[in-house]
Amino acid sequence: MDELLEILQDLHPEIDFDSCDTLVDDKILDSFDIVTIISEVNETFDVVISAEYIKPEYFNSAKALYELIEQLEDE
Amino acid sequence: MLFTSYEFIGFITVLFILFYAIPKRFQWILLLAGSYIFYYLARPVYVAYIFTTTLVVYLVALKLDQKRAFQEAYLKEHKDELTKEEKKAFKAKEKKSRFHWMLLGLLVGLGILAVIKYTNFTISNINGILSAFGSSATLSFVDIVVPMGISFYTFQAIGYLIDVHRGTIKAQRNFFKFALFVSFFPQLVQGPISRYQDLSETLYKEHKFDSKMFTFGLERILWGFFKKLVIADRMLIGVNALIKDADTYKGAYVFVGMLFYALELYCDFTGGIDITIGVAQCLGVNVTENFMRPFFSKNIKEYWNRWHITMGSWFTDYIFYPITVCGPMLKISKWSRNHLGETIGKRVPIYLSSFVVWFTTGIWHGASWNFIVWGLGNFVVIMISQEFEPLYHRFHNKFHLENNRPYQGFQVIRTVLLMSCLRTFDCYRDVPLTFKMFGTMFTEGNYNVIFDGSLLNIGLKISDFIILFIGVIILFMVSMFQRKESVREQIYRISYPLKVCIWFGLFLMVIIFGIYGIGYDATQFIYNQF
Repeated sequence: MDELLEILQDLHPEIDFDSCDTLVDDKILDSFDIVTIISEVNETFDVVISAEYIKPEYFNSAKALYELIEQLEDE
Repeated sequence: MLFTSYEFIGFITVLFILFYAIPKRFQWILLLAGSYIFYYLARPVYVAYIFTTTLVVYLVALKLDQKRAFQEAYLKEHKDELTKEEKKAFKAKEKKSRFHWMLLGLLVGLGILAVIKYTNFTISNINGILSAFGSSATLSFVDIVVPMGISFYTFQAIGYLIDVHRGTIKAQRNFFKFALFVSFFPQLVQGPISRYQDLSETLYKEHKFDSKMFTFGLERILWGFFKKLVIADRMLIGVNALIKDADTYKGAYVFVGMLFYALELYCDFTGGIDITIGVAQCLGVNVTENFMRPFFSKNIKEYWNRWHITMGSWFTDYIFYPITVCGPMLKISKWSRNHLGETIGKRVPIYLSSFVVWFTTGIWHGASWNFIVWGLGNFVVIMISQEFEPLYHRFHNKFHLENNRPYQGFQVIRTVLLMSCLRTFDCYRDVPLTFKMFGTMFTEGNYNVIFDGSLLNIGLKISDFIILFIGVIILFMVSMFQRKESVREQIYRISYPLKVCIWFGLFLMVIIFGIYGIGYDATQFIYNQF
């Protein structure tokens, strides 16, 4: 989780990713950020977040995104 | 058989009667038979194309499902024997194999579409290149029949295949049910591009006659006829006159033609979709809405979220996202962020993918350069407005324009004009001529022709202009009523005599003011050719 928080914090240092669960809904993360996150996650965790997972439910909070990463790691 | 032909009215009347007369378990079979008859009557050879795409996609989707089931069974059976790494390697191998199968289905489906639609376009470009290099050699054009609505049913089938590959839906095991999904006749002509999970919910169900839904369907069909026959086909007379004689009709005429074409296209396309949705509703089938009052959009991005919605979401889900997050693009993302800086670098993959999407959107609309330039024009405008968004935001905040009605009106008019400008590539279908004609709007200085009666020489009489004016007012009012809730729900609640007056009034308008003539056959729907 710490590695993921580091990726997110690099993009938006002003946001508290531990508590925020409206990252997409409140337009904190835009499409540019999401591609950057996918690229970084791919490198750091060696998992591929494919197109069907690009949905607000997976990117609205750091927790949801981390759960997705764990799920993809198991696949 | 056109939607606005007498044959079609006869066809759906017989179908509606049979649909509710036969045992309910046979209803979907009747729809399949009806769909194939509809397609056969359009041109018998069309059936061969749609059948091939259906068969290939059906078989590949079944194979994908089988392979997924095999993977699950194998892992379950060897749960205790395999290490985590071995399981991962097995899944990766299976995933790769499934991907290759999907690729095969895509190649066949899109291959047919590409060969049919783009062979002559490719030949024409090769001939152009040969000629540019001084060669007198030319390749001969091929005589290919482009099946009606091929882009729509191919995209629908391909979307289904990708969804099965992703595991978001299960493959349909009954070939004939799948064939109905691909060929469901109301949406064969010009879409919408339905998703399997949406359309299948009501397509195969047994339907009891529901007078409310049936009435709603008929109202929608009548409304579609009104838009197509009273407005779009009347506008077409003027648009054709203005476009075909580009030497005469310059300057203000281009401006008028541009606005006429925008409205004609809107009424033609949405009118066709109204008929599609209405016919389906009479049969108890829910077809996805394709428009949401696009001419009320405040910016071009919003416009594209409200115009041809199913095409936009198809391109987003099956082209934009997969390209944006594919392996090579992620590498480009990394490289560009490292070498161009975070701000510019993170934009590169999105802009590259958007370029591909808009190029594809353009060429999907037609195999010619005017459509490609139109698509790329949209790309440029959207990218610019995206980059200027923070600036707009600051501007709106500073002058308190966020909820300012007059400013919102300005935004709507700006979007309509911008979209209409881009559509001129569609009008003249010739890129250099479009630029030339567009330029005359600013150089001719003949805007007096709008008011001095000159527009009465473009094939439209004063009565036509009055009908168009009233038609547009009705369109506008209906759009305003729609903001609250469905207009048909509102009509449903009013008294019966008033309801009959509305139906009869609309029917009379279509009969009296529709563009007919001796031996009349309604004009082809514009989107039919896609």
